[in-house]
Amino acid sequence: MFKRNLIAVAVALTCAAPAFAQDAELAKIRGEIKQMRDSYEKRIQELEKRLSDAETKAGKAETAAGKAEQSAGKAESAAVSAASANNAGRSAENTFNPAMSLILQGTYARTSRDPNQFRITGFAPSGGEVGPPKRSFGLNETELNFSANIDPYFRGVAIMAVAPEGGIEVEEGYFQTSALPSGFTLKGGRFFSALGYQNEQHQHAWDFRDAPLPYKAFLGNQLKQDGVQLKWLAPTDLFLEFGGEIASGDKFPGSNQNKNGIGGSSLFGHLGGDIGESTAWRAGVSHLWTSPKDRSYTDTDSLGGTVTNTFTGSTKLLAVDGVLKWAPSGNSTYRNFKLQGEYFRFKQDGTLTYNDSAGSAVFNSVSGALQTDQSGYYVQGVWQLYPRWRVGYRYDALRYGSVNNGVLGLGPTAVDMPVLASHNPTRNTLMLDFSATEFSRFRLQLAADKSRLGVTDNQVLLQYIHSLGAHGAHKF
Amino acid sequence: MKQWLKISFCLAACALAQPALAALNIFACTPEWGALAKELAGDKANIYTATNALQDPHHVEARPSLIARARGADLVVCTGADLEVGWLPLVLTQSGNPKIRAGQPGFFEASRFVPMLEVPASVDRSQGDVHPGGNPHIHLDPRNISKVAAALSERMAQLDAADAENYRARARDFIERWQQAIARWEKDGAPLKGMTVVGYHKNMSYLNSWLGIRELGSLEPKPGLPPTTAHMSELLARLARDPAKAVVRSAYNDPRAAEWLTANAKIPAVVLPFTVGGSDRAKDLFGLFDDTLARLLAVAK
Repeated sequence: MFKRNLIAVAVALTCAAPAFAQDAELAKIRGEIKQMRDSYEKRIQELEKRLSDAETKAGKAETAAGKAEQSAGKAESAAVSAASANNAGRSAENTFNPAMSLILQGTYARTSRDPNQFRITGFAPSGGEVGPPKRSFGLNETELNFSANIDPYFRGVAIMAVAPEGGIEVEEGYFQTSALPSGFTLKGGRFFSALGYQNEQHQHAWDFRDAPLPYKAFLGNQLKQDGVQLKWLAPTDLFLEFGGEIASGDKFPGSNQNKNGIGGSSLFGHLGGDIGESTAWRAGVSHLWTSPKDRSYTDTDSLGGTVTNTFTGSTKLLAVDGVLKWAPSGNSTYRNFKLQGEYFRFKQDGTLTYNDSAGSAVFNSVSGALQTDQSGYYVQGVWQLYPRWRVGYRYDALRYGSVNNGVLGLGPTAVDMPVLASHNPTRNTLMLDFSATEFSRFRLQLAADKSRLGVTDNQVLLQYIHSLGAHGAHKF
Repeated sequence: MKQWLKISFCLAACALAQPALAALNIFACTPEWGALAKELAGDKANIYTATNALQDPHHVEARPSLIARARGADLVVCTGADLEVGWLPLVLTQSGNPKIRAGQPGFFEASRFVPMLEVPASVDRSQGDVHPGGNPHIHLDPRNISKVAAALSERMAQLDAADAENYRARARDFIERWQQAIARWEKDGAPLKGMTVVGYHKNMSYLNSWLGIRELGSLEPKPGLPPTTAHMSELLARLARDPAKAVVRSAYNDPRAAEWLTANAKIPAVVLPFTVGGSDRAKDLFGLFDDTLARLLAVAK
């Protein structure tokens, strides 16, 4: 029993002892854990704080990265757009295609006199389509322009006119130097002569549908040269340009003569500048020499028979031209005014042969000296009062001058040569045009034309001129 | 005889002395490039500016005076991107001056040195007067001016090697002053951010993009077309829904359309100099931006 008690005590003791020890340890552990927890909590808090800091930083970094990316993107797109702007189509096969443009033109015409009977009485026909357009609706020449640099030394230009009835005519087709030093430019091929002012401009750039009378009578509308032109621009602030042309001279006032050498030549000088900011001007003097051989035209004698008149000799044409353009402060977009005028004096000296052998055969062939001294001029003003709308007026006239016709003393009389009858043609022309943009234009033109002796032809023309393709630059 | 000799000697001396005054003859197409060339070259160059601030840079004629000036130019400074396509090619061909042909060092196109805005994906004239290379009115973002200045001074240095250091030093000085000015303009121009305006032509796009101005529309129905009544009423209706602070046009634009819209929409009109010489304050490039910002800030409040 005692033993049992002892054991019980011992057990109890042994049990109690660790229990006591456990309590102490627990408290210790608890303290440690608390400490640990505290420190962990602190560290966690620290960590959390660091994390959130890092996160905001990261966020910032991210937005910064985003921004950087954006700006990189922008830079790239900018670079791309710059590249595409600067290298547009660099790799394409058609990169070297010339600049191309197409001019579409047409006219509706109403004339009080038959356009087929048109003539400028008193002046030998100059060839070329100088009469009014055909009545009713009519297509005009469709013009195709090509231009590009040929190489570092030359530039090439071709302008083709497709006639409404078919057929292509080369209006201009020339090369031009681009590398000659000291202000020299050489042009070769077919080109509009630098004679006068309007001659160098293409028909679609004219301010009226047709050419002024002196151009019709003395140059067959416009003088094209097949030849060479050399031009020199003086190194001065004032525009001062001199040049000369040598050519075949086979168009009126010259003729195709089937001979070696030069058939026509010209010299020209231009002067130009500004007056203040609003006004620009150019003035010029030019001279053209040709030596036509067997240049002929047909006429009708008093019996109604056909007569062929043939001229061989030399011609001289003096042209004086001036143009003045005004726009407020030089800004022509809204309002501008253009005044333009030219004076031509045309002299011929040679032999005229009157031949009626194919018609009445009264005199057959009669030759006599022919000396003519005739002149013509025009003045025109074009106002743009509102954007898109322009109104213009032109007065043009020809002076019969002196015509010493040796044939008239040898049998044929003045009635046998009605084309050369004494007459001073005049014309008054009004125009109104509307240009929706610089690429499209509609024009109404009214004219009272006294080109024919004793006849006034009242003309109403409605015209359109549209241009497609490359943006052409217009001459001053 | 002696007198004649004296006179001819004097004339010869004059003729010889004149070109020695300046090293470079510069032909600037528009006033901003003339002004920049002046900043970079100082008195080392004779600068001729072909157009003034009141001229529409799209519609300039190849006047005889321009051809004469191009004849003696060593350097032509233009915008490019087809802005001068209607007249410059003719002036260059007629000048008989091989130094300034396209592709030569004497031919400088500013638009080649800046990122272009509004580069069309496709071009067709039914869209109006669009430029295939992008909007060519690049000079109204002053950051473009510093890019062009760097390129232009290098070009000047290349053409006039003897004075190369002068151009470079002047460019460094200019660009530094310019960057400071940009910082100032950006600070001053902060209130303009988000401002809505109506423009005239798409010629303020670079300015708008720089300052964060929103262009609600243009008075021109399509680039290059004059304002029409139909388009103006449409703009007015749009303004009723989405009001703008002002109608902004440049000095060379016709005032009538802008006046009509300001009267009917009851918002002010702002005439910006657009380029150097476009207002009394816009005497140089700094003045151009000072005045532009001042005029915009006046209506932003």
